[in-house]
Amino acid sequence: MKKRQTKGKSRFLKNLYWMGVLVYFIYLLYSWLFQVPSGREIGQNLVAYLLTMGKILPCSFILIGLFEVWIPREIVEPHLGYQGGIRGYILAIVLAGTMAGGLLVALPVSSALYHKGARLSVIFTFLGASAVVRIPMTLFEVSFLGVEFTAVRWLVSVPLIIISSLFLEKYLSKEKFGIK
Amino acid sequence: MLFWLITGILLLFSFLVDPDKSRKAVRIAYQRLLAIFPSLLAMLILVSLVLYLFPQDRIIFYLGNGRKIVNIIIAALVGSIAAVPGFIAFPLAGILRDNGISYTIIAVFTTTLMMVGVTTFPVEVTYLGKKVALIRNIIGFVIALIVALLIGLYFGEVTL
Repeated sequence: MKKRQTKGKSRFLKNLYWMGVLVYFIYLLYSWLFQVPSGREIGQNLVAYLLTMGKILPCSFILIGLFEVWIPREIVEPHLGYQGGIRGYILAIVLAGTMAGGLLVALPVSSALYHKGARLSVIFTFLGASAVVRIPMTLFEVSFLGVEFTAVRWLVSVPLIIISSLFLEKYLSKEKFGIK
Repeated sequence: MLFWLITGILLLFSFLVDPDKSRKAVRIAYQRLLAIFPSLLAMLILVSLVLYLFPQDRIIFYLGNGRKIVNIIIAALVGSIAAVPGFIAFPLAGILRDNGISYTIIAVFTTTLMMVGVTTFPVEVTYLGKKVALIRNIIGFVIALIVALLIGLYFGEVTL
């Protein structure tokens, strides 16, 4: 009985979602036909962002696919798993720092790493670091805000990310949690 | 473009070594991309709306007004919601700096911008589930506030 209820709820949310999408696109079409400035601007934003993602996402997913078939679990697990120790966190931060695309790419990558045996705290460190320590972005940051600003930001946020990841891992070890 | 080139070369190389494995890799790529399509679409729609609701001049206006503590909260909220890509975020931070906005505010804005994502939330939920996605974003929000506080102390803008 309860199962049916949650099923009904998720179907309701699904319908709501697709109705929202429909309304959105009808509004864009309407704005495009009748020159409504707000809708046209939103449409332009959509196209611009779609192009940015179109440049990064297909390649990223192909690389993830290649990673899945070529890199065996035996290579990933000793470094990023429980035996990895501190090295795992350093690797996660280096990997996050050199990667393009931000969270949108980091999420599927972390899912791939998880299924190859990386431990959760390393993955959460990787996700957090992918937001904070990306090298190309940091160079930009330094040129606009100065080295000191970036240095303080890194020195404060990186340890906090690692500590919070450890706590999150510990908390989730008591529940059935898995990354899709 | 370099990214495409590298991917292309790797894929080609992979096909030369083992066509079966490579086909599997491409299939994995396609299936995974398809699996997150609904949340990706939700994100695209959110980004297009947020970019419309929070254009650059409005962000500068929001961050530059009012009292300090209120400003920090506003900066944190705007940073969490706004969908500014990195290559625009820092020039924007430079503009904020030139407008006399404090490092504290800039730190809280850029850090929440990077660590808390309202627009990327649908995608995050598909991978991590609602609860963990929410916890992660709250942690990001708190870290941003701590970073801002310490940046403020370092630059002498905040005194204890």
